[in-house]
Amino acid sequence: MKSSRFDITVLTLGFAFLYIPIVILVVYSFNASRLVTVWGGFSLHWYASMWSNEGLMDAAWVTARVGVLSATLGTVLGTLAALALVRFQKFPGRMLFSGMIYAPLVMPEVITGLSMLLLFVALGVDRGFWTVIIAHTTFTMCYVAIVVQSRLLTFDRSLEEAALDLGCPPVKTFFKITLPLILPAVVAGWMLAFTLSLDDLVIASFNTGPGATTLPIKIYSQVRLGVTPEINAICTILIGLVTIGVIVASLSTKRAEIRRIRDEHLAQRQGI
Amino acid sequence: MASVSNDAATHRGPGRARWLVVLVPYVWLLLFFVAPFLIILKISLSDTAISMPPYTPVFEGFGAIGDFISELDFENYVFLTDDPLYIQAYISSLRIAVISTLLLLLIGYPMALAMARAPTSIRPTLVMLVILPFWTSFLIRVYAWIGILKPDGLLTLLLQTIGLMGPDDQIQIFRTDTAVFIGIVYSYLPFMVLPLYSALEKMDNTLLEAANDLGCPPLKAFWRITFPLSLPGVIAGSMICFIPITGEFVIPDLLGGADTLMIGKTLWTEFFGNRDWPLASAVAVILLLALVVPIMIFQNQQKKVA
Repeated sequence: MKSSRFDITVLTLGFAFLYIPIVILVVYSFNASRLVTVWGGFSLHWYASMWSNEGLMDAAWVTARVGVLSATLGTVLGTLAALALVRFQKFPGRMLFSGMIYAPLVMPEVITGLSMLLLFVALGVDRGFWTVIIAHTTFTMCYVAIVVQSRLLTFDRSLEEAALDLGCPPVKTFFKITLPLILPAVVAGWMLAFTLSLDDLVIASFNTGPGATTLPIKIYSQVRLGVTPEINAICTILIGLVTIGVIVASLSTKRAEIRRIRDEHLAQRQGI
Repeated sequence: MASVSNDAATHRGPGRARWLVVLVPYVWLLLFFVAPFLIILKISLSDTAISMPPYTPVFEGFGAIGDFISELDFENYVFLTDDPLYIQAYISSLRIAVISTLLLLLIGYPMALAMARAPTSIRPTLVMLVILPFWTSFLIRVYAWIGILKPDGLLTLLLQTIGLMGPDDQIQIFRTDTAVFIGIVYSYLPFMVLPLYSALEKMDNTLLEAANDLGCPPLKAFWRITFPLSLPGVIAGSMICFIPITGEFVIPDLLGGADTLMIGKTLWTEFFGNRDWPLASAVAVILLLALVVPIMIFQNQQKKVA
């Protein structure tokens, strides 16, 4: 079917709705005036004041460390979980296992956050940096598992089988054959896990402790007091970083995909 | 070896590494996802005590089941059903979630359909444009709306500028349910559009061509062919939105008014405001009960896709 005028209108309105608030947010981070409705001229004042806001900068540093550590841990666990789901058709409690992978994706954050906090209290663990990392790892690993799973499902097993037939040990086969082939999905999973961790307010609020205030917690407490352009400035930086990350990632996966298809063609031709 | 084969015929011997693949994530999720739910259930049945942590029967290993049962105390649940505030919050959450999901379908469906009908070459770009806002922080996106919807915000300014509003009038949307609906639809739109799009994109266009050839009007063809075939996407999208919206906290807290009751907000207040952990746990258990059926529908849907 051809794109009708109706479709073009719908898409224009839809994307306008999705992007205008973000554009406004970014534009007003450069506003010299403190008021939202008054344009006081271009200024980098709020970036400077954000930079010298120690609380905000400390929170950003905590968030970055939590993000990297929990995304990495979540990616390892999520990739294992995806392998378990795709490659192990039968094992005791498979139903429960897949349930545990899908449920956190939709579970309201207040429930996940509160229940995990109560576990830490029951175990007598002090809340802080590491409890936030464990909490984030637990929900991000499920997203990674879904992303990697979809790649594994469309995966050509013959290369793996060839390596195994030629006597390559399974662990080596995984690192030499399987992992390079699923790498784009693993990287995408890591990035998703990192941004989810960066983004999370509710779960972190429940599981944090002294000295482990993350950026969303800091932003939230300032937002409750009212709109300040300083928050716009830090949000703009975050949006910029994420946008660059997503574009770079999508370009590199596209390139990897093209290379993979070319390699497969080449292999097939040589096979004939 | 067997770490890469899935059936007995190609089983190439035992291997402990093979089972670690399953065991490690399995144990992690049991410990950090399932165990917390059992604890929350236990604590929701405990007495409140003014201590840190504020609940009495502390978790003391997996003690005798008899002890456990004798300790059970439904006081928190009785309290929840006695106080109309909680019931109202509960019903109000479900109401907001249902209305929001319907609004999301109404807005998301035409978008997904337009994307699926777009030329193949631009589809990946369109998908990327839908995903991109999802990657930017939820909190940031909700925050962006405060500046727009505030009485002295940009929407008022816009309406005053184009003359729909007098210079002294202000739009009263901020801190109302309307603002909550706007925030929810805005935040969850990518979650609705993507499953719908992936269902619509897979559709066989020859069916519509056949209907057209046989003289079926386009609108009728849509209801008889396109919509029924996209139903898995409709269900998946609705569940992905409905479940988290029911427990939503950030949006009603930042955009809603004092009279916007949502169960996620109630739980947050009980926990952080009143420091009543058992009551907060009871609220969580009841919220979870409401979501068991939607979550199961969602999981079945996901398994079919996988």
